Amino acid sequence: MIYPQRVDGLPKITGKALYVDDIPLNGVIHASTIRSSCAGGVVEELTFDPTFDWTPFVVVTAQDIPGLNAIKMLENDQPVLVDRVFRHAGEPLALLAHSDPCMLETALRHVHVRETPLAHPIFDIDEALGAESTIIPGNVYTDYLLNKGDVEQAQKNAECLIVERLLTPSQEQLYIEPQGMIAVLQEDGVLRIEGSMQCPYYVLDALEQCTGLDKNRLQVVQSTTGGAFGGKEDYPSMIACHAALLALKAGGLPVKLIYERGEDLRVTPKRHPSRSLVRLGANSEGELQFIDMDFAIDGGAYRTLSPVVLSRGVIHAPGPYRCANIRVRGRAVATNHPPFGAFRGFGAPQSIFALEVAMDRLAAKLNMDPAELRQKNLLHRGDVSPTGDLVGEDCFAQEILDEALRVSHYYERQDAFRVWNAAPHDTLRGIGLATFAHGAGFTGNGELYLASQVFLQAHADGQVEILCSNTEMGQGAATTLVQIAADALKLPLEQVHLAQTDTARVPNSGPTVASRTCMVVGDLIEKAAQRLLQKLRDEGGLAQTFTPAEFNAVCLRMQESGKDLLVSASYQPPVDMLWDEKSFTGRAYASYAWAAYIAEVEVDKLTLETRVLNFTAAQEIGHAVHPQIVQGQIEGGVVQGIGYALYENVLWNPFGVMANDRLTNYIIPTTADIGPLQIVLMEKGLGAGPKGAKGVGELPMDGPAPAIVNAIQQALKIDVAQIPAMPELLLDLSRAQRGSQCQ
Amino acid sequence: MSVKMQINGQEVQVQAPPASRLLDVLRVELGLKGAKEGCGEGECGACAVLVNGQVVNSCLIPLGQMDGAEIVTIEGVPGDSTLIQAFHDCAAAQCGICTPGMILAATALLAEHPQPTIDEIRWGLSGNLCRCTGYGRIYEAVTQASTGDTHG
Ligand code: FES
Ligand code: FES
Repeated sequence: MIYPQRVDGLPKITGKALYVDDIPLNGVIHASTIRSSCAGGVVEELTFDPTFDWTPFVVVTAQDIPGLNAIKMLENDQPVLVDRVFRHAGEPLALLAHSDPCMLETALRHVHVRETPLAHPIFDIDEALGAESTIIPGNVYTDYLLNKGDVEQAQKNAECLIVERLLTPSQEQLYIEPQGMIAVLQEDGVLRIEGSMQCPYYVLDALEQCTGLDKNRLQVVQSTTGGAFGGKEDYPSMIACHAALLALKAGGLPVKLIYERGEDLRVTPKRHPSRSLVRLGANSEGELQFIDMDFAIDGGAYRTLSPVVLSRGVIHAPGPYRCANIRVRGRAVATNHPPFGAFRGFGAPQSIFALEVAMDRLAAKLNMDPAELRQKNLLHRGDVSPTGDLVGEDCFAQEILDEALRVSHYYERQDAFRVWNAAPHDTLRGIGLATFAHGAGFTGNGELYLASQVFLQAHADGQVEILCSNTEMGQGAATTLVQIAADALKLPLEQVHLAQTDTARVPNSGPTVASRTCMVVGDLIEKAAQRLLQKLRDEGGLAQTFTPAEFNAVCLRMQESGKDLLVSASYQPPVDMLWDEKSFTGRAYASYAWAAYIAEVEVDKLTLETRVLNFTAAQEIGHAVHPQIVQGQIEGGVVQGIGYALYENVLWNPFGVMANDRLTNYIIPTTADIGPLQIVLMEKGLGAGPKGAKGVGELPMDGPAPAIVNAIQQALKIDVAQIPAMPELLLDLSRAQRGSQCQ
Repeated sequence: MSVKMQINGQEVQVQAPPASRLLDVLRVELGLKGAKEGCGEGECGACAVLVNGQVVNSCLIPLGQMDGAEIVTIEGVPGDSTLIQAFHDCAAAQCGICTPGMILAATALLAEHPQPTIDEIRWGLSGNLCRCTGYGRIYEAVTQASTGDTHG
């Protein structure tokens, strides 16, 4: 055994871990949500059939909300329950609960909703931007501009110019455990919420606002979480508020609100669809002269997290390239879709897809190999980054591309595929690449505002507990954080434990998002560990070097003499981290991880089905705290990226709701689709986290889609400007291409 | 109706309507929560159990068909089995919600192919979705369990 085993491994593997639906409850009542059916409009009437006996039911409408009827997020625009006006289909109007799920189903048929629909719902980004009817003024939630140099001037001098319009669809997180919450009003007056979530303190804040209860009467506990990928960042606040409102009227009975798969797919937030207009200019040598992108994402009907998704998308849009003139305009647009939200990558996969596919078009126009074009333009130490920041020592864009080209045998494969394609085979083959960097942690000053805090609590028996609000959702945080603490404390792993994420006990160390847990929170835990050792030395006489037994003895002595064994650490921004949110200049992230992904694909000439033959994912990640967990994270992310590139297609019904709301028709990769992947880790130890680690959770989502599309373009010699690259799309494109050749 | 089954080696008698889903009988009537509901329509494999040695999705099986059946759930797989150890060694469970079903599908696979090739593993597990792992650590775990080779 080389690596420590996952601390959460055995309970999960043996089926003993309790997910929200598994928690034993006495006298539970089951809840259901009544929703709007039109794509925006007005609820004229909500009637509970007077001939039906409602006494055994708990019923909640907007009138029952003791606090503010708004989900606490960046803006208070999204109602907890619709009162009259609503913006999308599937919005919650009322809640029902009963001990018997069958009775609940019967009762739902006795609730009647009369709606006046919106005359012209909007579902398209460009339509929203030009529409006269508006959801919000101008239909733009946020409008950002990253502007460096002078694009207009550079355009005049560019010798080679390309213009592209690229589209990415929505994507469903498809955690295998649907969302759910349990709420109970306890005898001590505390309203306790337990469920599947990423961010307990978001839920706590939302509950405080909606119930009007004091925080000391609210408790939020995370149950074992069956996958999240961003999908359980904001929406759990909604479900928790609903369960809580029912619990307040349920006379102490626990309320269980678990979504079935279809409901989860229809109403919870997914990846933002995007539309990018990209113009790139280069000189005849292939040196980028300007990057100009108009990047727009569909935010859906409420603002939710769109501004932050947009800012990450904008900052990642110019890629890891040296370019003096950059203009990225980013807009998050209001439509009548259910709100889009967080999904691994958070805006970056969309803009990186646009840029990287455009880079291949530029290479083609320059008659240059795509790898060579990138070699010419990648950032090096001493360059100025797209946000005007000086690129320091921690830059490995070039090294990682070289490594990816080497291990994938890029040039040999290219030659081999040329030979293959010239021969009479049933398939065509292609190889494509994407180079990119992903910033870890909150964007800009986000970490500063968060002011995260962690505690370490030693006990009399020498056991040490980590108290933080960051959640294990499969990514391995529990193991990684324990490992970081144990390492810093010089104690065996078994002596350190991550406390259950329970807001009654743990401080707010920020949300579990943005690849920040290992890097930012891990760093705080390392600092707290040093403080704990210092405390034990100063107050308990712990020696400079010690055995676990000596550590335990000091803890016992201190406890007996009434000394506390608790230390904390809070986030302090690095001194060189300056970011100006208005002009999008400065240091956007504490660290970037660098990556080059290479896809080899084979497309069936007849069916136009694409198969990934080989996939190389090379990344510089600073330091792998637990290489096996890192490997699993990257493999998982790459496969989600392959799904995004080839299969995953959210279709919309006429009301703007996901039409393929089942696992039979929303297709994610299975083992039959995915062969082994080649994962290459480079560790240079210069990141902001423990031992120079950087966040890796989101990075692998960025590269697969552009690499695969670029490979398909090489194979078929057609331009593909959108994903998923399904056979139908490739067929249309091939026909159009042949058509235009005949003219 | 009354149905008699062998569950994890024990004789069990259940009183329930014949159309009840085996998944609900296991989870609600018998408290065996290791089988999970991921989709409720036979697509994800999170609810997989072994019925007479075959891996089936218990969300699709009506209780009425189970009279006399021999059923194994994750609770019936010994904690020290090579497969469970291999999944643990290889960090093949991330969020873990798919894992009990995977273990049972892999059990059936190894019963049929004690030394499966990578293609046989891929084929054998293709009814079980995992959204976290990208399947790499799972292939490794099944291979390790079949060869006893532990370089993890
Ligand atoms: S829950 Fe049975 S297959 Fe998904
Ligand atoms: S480990 Fe999460 S779905 Fe497989």
